Amino acid sequence: MRTCGGAAIAICLVLCAACKREERSFRVEPPDAARIDAKRLSELHPGSPPPPTPVHNDYEDNAFAMSEGKRLFNWMNCSGCHAQGGGGMGPPLMDDKWIYGAAPEQVFATIVEGRPNGMPSFKGKIPDNQVWELVAYVRSLSGNVSRNAAPTRDDHINVKQQEQSTPVQPPVASAPPPPPAGK
Amino acid sequence: MTMRCAIRHGLGIAWSAAFTALSVRTSAAASSVLEPAGAGARLASKLWWWIGGTLSVLYVLIGALLVFVIVRRATRVADGFSIPPPDEPRERRLAKIVAVNAVLTTLLLVVFLAVSLSVGHAVVALSSNVDVRMKVTGHQWWWEIEYEDPVASNTFVTANEFHVPVGKTVDLHLVSADVIHSFWIPNLTGKRDLIPGRNNHVVIRAERAGEYVGQCAEFCGLQHAHMRIVVVAESDEDFARWLVHEREPAPEPTGEKEIHGRQVFTSGPCVMCHTVRGTMAASRAGPELTHLASRRTLGAGTIPNTRAHLFAWITDSQSVKPGNRMPQVPMQGADLDDLAAWLETLR
Repeated sequence: MRTCGGAAIAICLVLCAACKREERSFRVEPPDAARIDAKRLSELHPGSPPPPTPVHNDYEDNAFAMSEGKRLFNWMNCSGCHAQGGGGMGPPLMDDKWIYGAAPEQVFATIVEGRPNGMPSFKGKIPDNQVWELVAYVRSLSGNVSRNAAPTRDDHINVKQQEQSTPVQPPVASAPPPPPAGK
Repeated sequence: MTMRCAIRHGLGIAWSAAFTALSVRTSAAASSVLEPAGAGARLASKLWWWIGGTLSVLYVLIGALLVFVIVRRATRVADGFSIPPPDEPRERRLAKIVAVNAVLTTLLLVVFLAVSLSVGHAVVALSSNVDVRMKVTGHQWWWEIEYEDPVASNTFVTANEFHVPVGKTVDLHLVSADVIHSFWIPNLTGKRDLIPGRNNHVVIRAERAGEYVGQCAEFCGLQHAHMRIVVVAESDEDFARWLVHEREPAPEPTGEKEIHGRQVFTSGPCVMCHTVRGTMAASRAGPELTHLASRRTLGAGTIPNTRAHLFAWITDSQSVKPGNRMPQVPMQGADLDDLAAWLETLR
């Protein structure tokens, strides 16, 4: 009897955990875009270091938001240059190299402000909350979000590994590639 | 109304109430499979009346027999428990009755099978001479309709509402962009699923002019209930006029407000998902809006297409149709006003 009760409680707990994965809030408050210092790309700074203010993107704990990010990734034609994360005309997103930073606020800035050599600015084109969904999805491509919430199965044939089982690729600081020698 | 007609109508209402799955209730009128206005639906309703009618009679008959048996037994046995002594000839008679009824039941089922197969055959035969072809794509949660034409420049796309000529055979090529949906216009045709990666077809032929409301009939996510489609059946001349009008791009805005509204549309988030032919907006993620103002509803039958509802839809569609794919667009003041003014010129 006691084991039955214990099992029932365990099942309830598992169910509750599963519920959280599918929690769909249509009004998750994204981080405040205005607070983000998009221009800071380097660890170097004058004077004493400012207190770190990491931005937490709530969408990274929300399976629905990230699957929406995955959908938007194709809808907004990110896949036109980055393919399905493997890179093409644009750099790959599923490796550990982050030319302009891996922090959520840096990825946000990359999308909104654009970057040299081809990344266009989507400022005013994509509402902020959708950009944050894209940020969460882009970070999931290299396994940098919670595995419990990362997107899983693809409905069509895809050579890429599902985001949920992507090995974690801790971001490595990297500068833009140097220009070819002799020029 | 003759007696037969009245009985039929009354039975139809009773059945609709009993089997709500048979009808789609709308604000204007109920569209029901029991009031067919198309070839496919007429065949299906014929099948329904045959099988449903026969089974209803049998149901009443068996119910009456059951009541009779219960009443008779209660009067014969005083204490309610004693078993009467076996009566051999009577047992044999009863066994014969059961055997005959079993054979009759089997025969009846075979007749039903034959009727059902013949209706299925007739439905398939409808698609022999197709006059108009279109491709219907199911999206979460709206319909995209592409009119096909041998001349490529004559094809066009519209959403959530389409017109057909009365008496002509229309072939709908059904595909899905995401999950399984099901195309169902109760008055015109039975259900046909839209399955990702598969090409399904359904044929409709409207017998009289009118507006027929359809509904996605396969649970497809949060807003499955708000995935309506409207078919307008009209005369050949009206249909030809509509085709010509629908092929045209959006009219050039004249007023200052409208010109600014178009600029807001093409420089804002709208352009990332929607198409308006005649402008640079050409994305296929959301419904095509070239002739938005001529449609009856917004959000695939969720709300009527009026200025106030348009405002609500643009600024906060999530409160109107929670979970739909349109983001909240932070737009207000003159921008919103002018955008709505321009969208209303897209007749």
